[in-house]
Amino acid sequence: MKPDLVIETRDLRKTFTVTRKAGRFRRTRHAIVAVDGVTLRVERGELLGYIGPNGAGKSTTLKMLTGVLMPSGGEVKVCGLVPVPQRRRLASQIGVVFGQRSQLWYDLPLRDSFELARHVWRVPAADHAARLARFRRDLDLDGFLDIPVRQLSLGQRMRGELTIALLHGPRVVFLDEPTIGLDVVSRQAVRSFLTELRDRGDTTVVLTTHDLADIERLCRRLIVIDHGRVVHDGTLAELHSRYGSRRRVLVELDEPLAESVALPGVERESVSAEGRLITFSLDGSSTTAGELVGWLASVASLRDISVQEPAIEDVVARLYASGR
Amino acid sequence: MAAQVRGHAAYRASFAFDLAGNALIPAIDLIAVVAMFQVTRVLGGFTAAEVLVMFGLSSSAFALGDLAVGNIERIRVYVRTGLLDAILVRPLSALGQLLAVDFTIRRVTRFLTGLTVLVLALAAASVDWNPARAAIIVVAVGSGAAFFGAVFVATATVSFWWIDSGEFANGFTYGGRDFTSYPVTVYSGLFRRVFAYGLGFAFVAYYPALGVFGRPDPLGLPGWMAWCTPVVAFLAAAVASVAWRYGIRHYRSTGS
Repeated sequence: MKPDLVIETRDLRKTFTVTRKAGRFRRTRHAIVAVDGVTLRVERGELLGYIGPNGAGKSTTLKMLTGVLMPSGGEVKVCGLVPVPQRRRLASQIGVVFGQRSQLWYDLPLRDSFELARHVWRVPAADHAARLARFRRDLDLDGFLDIPVRQLSLGQRMRGELTIALLHGPRVVFLDEPTIGLDVVSRQAVRSFLTELRDRGDTTVVLTTHDLADIERLCRRLIVIDHGRVVHDGTLAELHSRYGSRRRVLVELDEPLAESVALPGVERESVSAEGRLITFSLDGSSTTAGELVGWLASVASLRDISVQEPAIEDVVARLYASGR
Repeated sequence: MAAQVRGHAAYRASFAFDLAGNALIPAIDLIAVVAMFQVTRVLGGFTAAEVLVMFGLSSSAFALGDLAVGNIERIRVYVRTGLLDAILVRPLSALGQLLAVDFTIRRVTRFLTGLTVLVLALAAASVDWNPARAAIIVVAVGSGAAFFGAVFVATATVSFWWIDSGEFANGFTYGGRDFTSYPVTVYSGLFRRVFAYGLGFAFVAYYPALGVFGRPDPLGLPGWMAWCTPVVAFLAAAVASVAWRYGIRHYRSTGS
């Protein structure tokens, strides 16, 4: 194992047996494969987006990586440790935010939760104070440090969760839907905090989310899973090119275009207003938008142009649908 | 932990009622034993005072074990709601955290009632005291508590597979306490063999009591059985610890 390889799994599986009602007293047992052979390698400092539809196996994978669930098969190592037998040693090296399961003490003010966490994770007082000061500034915690957790708003609580997950200086943090249900302002606060964390480069972050804007802003690498299998592992751009999502260039011309377009990878998608309003689509690899506009400017007089970025929603929707 | 006690103490009236209520719970069981002796003078070959010694031993040991680990029953809530996730990602023992989170001092009065019954019954039973017999009492209560603690943990692990297992667990914990409150000679056949010897409940109160009275076992086992409670407790703790480790690996969490 390379020293800076933080997460390594091979053919990781999890199967649940569920019993279903079949008739009044009979029950039938079914095996449900939640995670079906996931192989991952994550290096130090990566911010990995782990996405997939509901029930795809995202949370189950995270729970196996954190030592909460025992894998049914395959191998898994996080920070060089095997999560289930070495759960307690691993716990001191990772931080976790499970959106629905709070790590905070419900009846205590945030300040006391942080103080308890210092003892639970055995953090030296100086380190604790330094990190807490940083989070108080970056996450703007000062306004609600003395309010019991149960009285906090969701946005405030989530900022508290992020703090407690990072107070012991973990090497990896697992964030399971950290922006779920947050308003725009809190969401921005969480995102910019994570951006800063990523840019520091010493903490590995694994993020699951349904908010694709999170992914566009934060993640350089994206893993899409569906039905327990990895269907994409790469950058966002690779996802777009692989699933044929296209940038569009809308141009408005003074006169209809006389010549046909002979640039590779450019298609004329639609023409309207007697040939003066044209939408081109680019496949993203052969011709750039700049080249297209340059060529157009040389053959016609341009009145207006706009470029539409491919929407990640479309790609992901197509991806989820194709898996079914 | 200290915060927990402070938390309880904050609601003084409720705390006082709880203490009183917990003191009464063994007293109600005591009435059942006393009522039994209104009908008969001898039960399974033992007098009222002798049976009450067993009752006192059993209920002090149980109350002490219950005080320490009884709140493990709450595991069901943690398993069903998936709250155990949050516990498992902290670098502490999961069992230790569960016990500390819900620790409640309220049950201390149950132990005090049990102890009172034990002392009074010992006085009434005209025991021929020597240091060894006094030691048997102390050892029996301590290791009986450990034994009941192990039973609590072992039965609680069942909830990892079978979430609605409260009554099953109660059968062994509270059922075990009721079983040990009477001499095993009142039971018979397979039931006695399984509970008293197979599961070790005879060693909580019956054999220590025989040792204190200096009586031979009507069932023919030797006198040093009175000293076997720690061994039985140790075995039970070993079984409970294996069951717990096995259970926690079968935790399924909940969808989220």
